Amino acid sequence: MEKELVIIGGGPAGMSAAIKAYECGIKDILIIERDACLGGILNQCIHNGFGLHKFKEELTGPEYAYRYEKRVKELNIEVKLNTMVIDISEDKTICATNEEDGIFFINAKAIILAMGCRERPKGALNIPGDRPSGIFSAGCAQKFVNIEGYMPGKNVVILGSGDIGLIMARRMTLEGAKVHAVCELMPYSGGLARNIEQCLNDFNIPLKLSHTVVKIHGKERLEGVTIAKVDKNRKPIMETKEYIPCDTLLLSVGLIPENELTKKANILLNRITNGANVDQNRQTEKEGIFACGNVLHVHDLVDFVSEEAEIAGEGAANYINNNILKDTEINLETDGKIRYTVPQKITLKKDVKVYFRVLDIYKNVKINVYNNKNELVFSKPKAKCAPGEMECVILKKEMLSDTDALKFSIVEG
Amino acid sequence: MSNNIYDIAIIGAGVIGGMIARNLSKYDLNIAIIEKENDVAMGATKANSAIVHAGFDAKEGTLKAKLNVEGSKMMEQIAKELGVKYEKNGSMVIGFDNDDKKTLETLLERGMKNGVAGLKLIEKGEIKALEPNLSGEVKYALFAPSGAIICPYELTIAAIGNAMDNGVELKRNFLVKNIEKKDFGFEVFSSNESIKTKYIINAAGVFADEISKMAGDSSFKITPRRGEYILLDNECKNLVSHTIFKTPDKMGKGILVSPTVDKNIILGPTAEDIIDKDDKSTTTKGFEKIISLAKKYTDKVEINKSITSFCGLRAVADTDDFIINSPIDGFINVAGIDSPGLSSSPAIALYVENILKDVGFKFKEKENYNPTRKSMTYFKDASIEEKNEIIKKDKSFGKIVCRCEIVTEGEIKEAIRLNPQPYDLDGVKRRTRAQMGRCQGGFCTPYIVKLLSEELKIPYEDVTKSGKGSKINVGKTKEA
Repeated sequence: MEKELVIIGGGPAGMSAAIKAYECGIKDILIIERDACLGGILNQCIHNGFGLHKFKEELTGPEYAYRYEKRVKELNIEVKLNTMVIDISEDKTICATNEEDGIFFINAKAIILAMGCRERPKGALNIPGDRPSGIFSAGCAQKFVNIEGYMPGKNVVILGSGDIGLIMARRMTLEGAKVHAVCELMPYSGGLARNIEQCLNDFNIPLKLSHTVVKIHGKERLEGVTIAKVDKNRKPIMETKEYIPCDTLLLSVGLIPENELTKKANILLNRITNGANVDQNRQTEKEGIFACGNVLHVHDLVDFVSEEAEIAGEGAANYINNNILKDTEINLETDGKIRYTVPQKITLKKDVKVYFRVLDIYKNVKINVYNNKNELVFSKPKAKCAPGEMECVILKKEMLSDTDALKFSIVEG
Repeated sequence: MSNNIYDIAIIGAGVIGGMIARNLSKYDLNIAIIEKENDVAMGATKANSAIVHAGFDAKEGTLKAKLNVEGSKMMEQIAKELGVKYEKNGSMVIGFDNDDKKTLETLLERGMKNGVAGLKLIEKGEIKALEPNLSGEVKYALFAPSGAIICPYELTIAAIGNAMDNGVELKRNFLVKNIEKKDFGFEVFSSNESIKTKYIINAAGVFADEISKMAGDSSFKITPRRGEYILLDNECKNLVSHTIFKTPDKMGKGILVSPTVDKNIILGPTAEDIIDKDDKSTTTKGFEKIISLAKKYTDKVEINKSITSFCGLRAVADTDDFIINSPIDGFINVAGIDSPGLSSSPAIALYVENILKDVGFKFKEKENYNPTRKSMTYFKDASIEEKNEIIKKDKSFGKIVCRCEIVTEGEIKEAIRLNPQPYDLDGVKRRTRAQMGRCQGGFCTPYIVKLLSEELKIPYEDVTKSGKGSKINVGKTKEA
């Protein structure tokens, strides 16, 4: 099979990229989705709060997804559901499988990677103790409750204050469960401020910062967890141990971009984002392979995912039409306090929006950008930056002259 | 209660009970395997180093030495018959100084006396060529080309499946509470049922001393020795290709760093004698110990690529050797089978057969005995043509359920239908690897719960993680 553009993943990123590419003139598009319907993880996110930036209204996850799904259908963009891509190569050959077609290959002119991310599992944490039933990733529990209609438990402790964990604290409470505590290893939450307000504070669920689970109890079903405060090196202080009886432990301890396919195409991953490095078109180091959404870096708002996917969709369309313009090569660097930027590279002197995340909580600082002669080319004051909230700045065309690098830094006051 | 009297009841469905059952299933006998858990391979069998030892470790003249070397030689053929993955990857015992070198020379000598083929001492250059990621501090190694790796629960599931295909019965959730001597042999009781049998083979792992006591023999004691392990993501599969042990010293044997047949890297075990025979909890201390030891072998080990940790209990007898005997008429102990139990298991099965012969047991060969078990379909490892063939025959092999390990719906359904059927999520995991990859079931668990519910025809909320008491869901929503 030959296709101009193949998009791997039919979640918010994949759909948005497809629509944009279509609008830019590419009609021969295929979206490959492993699930039975489009929408990705949004389908199980039945809470509201989606679309505030994009549509200026508050939608639920399925509603947000439906707006894009409807458009994909209107445009007659081809979609293969229940189909899993098992391999891609540098020369943009895709190998996929489903029940009807068996194993099949597609040669694509361009590929957009939009596979999303997965949750970090318990195994990666190596919490000592037993291995009973009743321990779930927050997203897995969300699927049981919201899609399957079953309750994974009634007495809950949540480890990690990522957004899914916060959302599930409220969700389980609304379904009649008792959420005893949300423990967060770090001295700050990794979730959005609004989720802490609306999902924990509104329900009097305690958020225990600098706490972790040090032991799991229960041979068959979970019977309880021991939690403890951690010191500044994140080591548990055993004198502060506290036993909480519970039948369920939900984990919301981080999301990892799902880049197994990216690696198969021999694209190197960025050690901080765990995604590919991209330029302002969201093109990876392999020409014609683009990436967007959570597979590129984990976002906190789906609105930004859609926005990023549009950039990738337009970029892929330009690539197919031999219309990618390039007049410079600037690497974006960071000082460590700013953990990463996306894009990591700029190849065209044109206004560009750069997204970034910070390492810690910073108050009353400036976001400064320096060129390769260490001259300040951009500065913006910020009252507060937190790791849980993605930030962005717009670099103007003129800031991109006469330099091969731009360094993003956070400085006092 | 039935009046059926079994010829032989094997207590314990671990690798030992399983291999004995499979070997005896070639004879025209009425055999039952009794297991206290919801699945087979639930004790030490599911949590050990997954190694077929070459046989240089056990002291010459012991049962361990004899049965290890014999068993290790038989394993490849048995794996082939049962359709189980087996890889003769070779093992290396590494040494850092002259003391280690002396110990390695002793091991070499012992191995040769035990009849281990191909053993040799190698030095730095050769070691580097075989294992480029090992630490530069490694100066010597005892190389054993006959060392191999196998998945112990895959082997056991296949052996018991094959035994069942040949007529052996498996009784699960049967916790032996009492054994009574009768004219015909024995009656074995759980809290709510009993079976009658002429002979008992006690393969109850860490509980073998208690079973033996129930039958009237208190001549030995089993101590559970805790062994913790860490499993690394298959991204790390190139770390080492041989099984790497450290030269044993005053501090013990140390840990091993080894590939598994499923392309993970296994690190462990720790060794700690404990009291509670059900305590399979992991500890921070154990975890830290494994990491610090593994780092001495190779600084390329990436602990942040750990996908799970687990703990097994080795059944250590106070006699320092395997206990395989018949202290009471009709009752045979196969106890104290700690390392190298897995490696020895095929030879142990033959040894037990010979004990039965010695006590006058009459064997008649079964006419329709089939030693082979149809290999499970491994979609991931099949060629493109094979994959298309498989999907053409059954389209559910085109639907991938576990994305991390690439396991299809067809494979899961097949596993649920084959002997011994899995009744729970962990059973599906051990048979198919679904939920065993880097997301550890985060995405596919709800789907597999649905498949189990449909195939076993049980309500969705009754699906468990590993049997009684371990339900996944506590009820429907809107019922709180």
